Amino acid sequence: MTIQQLSVFIENHPGNLNKVLAVLADNSINIKALTIADTADFGIVRLIVSDPQKAFNALRDKHFSVQLQDILSVEMAPEPGSLYHILNLFATENVSLEYVYAFSYGSKSTLVLRTDNREKAVEIIRKNNLKSVTEADLK
Amino acid sequence: MIWNRDIECMSRDEMRKLQDRRLIDLVAKVYNHVPFYKRKMDELGVKPTDIKGIEDIPKLPFTYKQDLRDNYPFGLFAVPMKDIVRVHGSSGTTGKPTTVGYTRNDIENWKEVTARCFSMAGITSKDIVQVSYGYGLFTGGLGAHYGAENVGCSVIPMSGGNTRRQLQLMCDFGSTVLACTPSYALHMADAMKDFGYSIDDMKLRVGVFGAEPWTEAMRHELEKKLHIHAHDIYGLSEIMGPGVSMDCEYHDGLHIHEDHFFPEIVDPETKEPLPDGTEGELVFTTLTKEGIPLLRYNTRDLSTLNHEPCACGRTLVRMRKITGRSDDMLIIRGVNLFPSQIEHVLLELGETSAHYILYVDRQNNLDTLELQVELDENHMLDTIRDLQMLTRRIEHALNSACGLTIKVTLVQPKTIARSEGKAIRVVDKRKK
Ligand SMILES: [Zn+2]
Ligand SMILES: [Zn+2]
Repeated sequence: MTIQQLSVFIENHPGNLNKVLAVLADNSINIKALTIADTADFGIVRLIVSDPQKAFNALRDKHFSVQLQDILSVEMAPEPGSLYHILNLFATENVSLEYVYAFSYGSKSTLVLRTDNREKAVEIIRKNNLKSVTEADLK
Repeated sequence: MIWNRDIECMSRDEMRKLQDRRLIDLVAKVYNHVPFYKRKMDELGVKPTDIKGIEDIPKLPFTYKQDLRDNYPFGLFAVPMKDIVRVHGSSGTTGKPTTVGYTRNDIENWKEVTARCFSMAGITSKDIVQVSYGYGLFTGGLGAHYGAENVGCSVIPMSGGNTRRQLQLMCDFGSTVLACTPSYALHMADAMKDFGYSIDDMKLRVGVFGAEPWTEAMRHELEKKLHIHAHDIYGLSEIMGPGVSMDCEYHDGLHIHEDHFFPEIVDPETKEPLPDGTEGELVFTTLTKEGIPLLRYNTRDLSTLNHEPCACGRTLVRMRKITGRSDDMLIIRGVNLFPSQIEHVLLELGETSAHYILYVDRQNNLDTLELQVELDENHMLDTIRDLQMLTRRIEHALNSACGLTIKVTLVQPKTIARSEGKAIRVVDKRKK
């Protein structure tokens, strides 16, 4: 029920995001999802890509501070209220979301989430028979 | 190994007698041959005959870097130029450079003290020594070179810069000793991966680092990254160059070659001599120098002295590792701050790199401090909250260590300019 996510540290200067994207482009890596969380000084770019390990190595070679991690991921039904329904499961069990974002691939939608309690989150996903997404599903 | 047991393990009594004799000769020499010192001593009403030994040293005038600048280039030389065989100089980052001259005997003595230093670090004729200090007017390159050669090492005179080539030859030649500035050693350690090397490709076992102040924490960092014993070689061109003092295998202070360089610690304000263990400015009198002998040269480096015998068997007085200079000290809202304190905090926390730059500014008549710290490539955190907590941990640690509020900003790895010589760590925008 996990997929691989890259997190890259960037300072908040014009053009810094483009430097990350240039490295990925130079290495023929496809971006499936990208979100940015930022403060006045810095930001974190989170990416789901076609070849996470290759992207990780390429970014490290260019001295970016980058992390590659397995992140929880579940499929979202293409109908109104499905995101609310899933997030509600976590809320009622008192699991806080640190961040969450969604992206589509093919005809399906995937939810990516990081919580403050991973074990419990896994348990919730299992208990409620949420359809998990794995790296292989994205190929 | 002890290079010169007779001197390095001499009893304190004998050492004092040797120093007494040498000081008496020195004072007569400078009074008669250096007009600057004759004038200074006459002003103080001191005659050479008033100096009967080391106990009279407080009667003598101090010498400052400005005095060397004022007498640029050769005004303080005590011998005619025909007896000078070498000239070195400071880089002169501020104002006029300072120049120093060496007679043949001075060079011999320099070779002797640097050989003692290399031996103190356990370096022998079997070692391959890569000298990555700059060769030239700066004393670092040639000073380390002559010392290593005197010990009988195979010396590779690399000089500074061109890191790729440094690493290539370090690997190909199997250098066992690296001699350079500590910041350049750290730069090389970090650059290894970029050029396709790992520390396992190297045969390094000892580092001889100097020419800039560095902390105990930095020593541990270098020892860990380079798999070496890191030794601190101290020196300055005004006194001789590298080799004035060096730490032995116990790393508990640097043994001063006090048969050549007599040390004192003085109060930075009153210039009164201070007892062992009390911090002050380090002052040297060059007991044997012929080219440019100096009385009570104030280095502005802050240290303490310790005359206790060392576990290594040497009786030579030890000076505490220099971590700051009285003129490097920043005064921020009335609080004294040394850049070394910041380095220490960062290395202690170990959550970021130790590369930083401190910006000092003044806004609405209030000093402000901003510290930019490079995030460690190997230590990325995935949430804004974790990164902000890291920032706050650093701010908190700095506050407890220095008593100052410093705003910390994380920056991307390898974005702060690396130096191949001395590191620039402070930008003081308050300067008018
Ligand atoms: Zn050691
Ligand atoms: Zn010792």
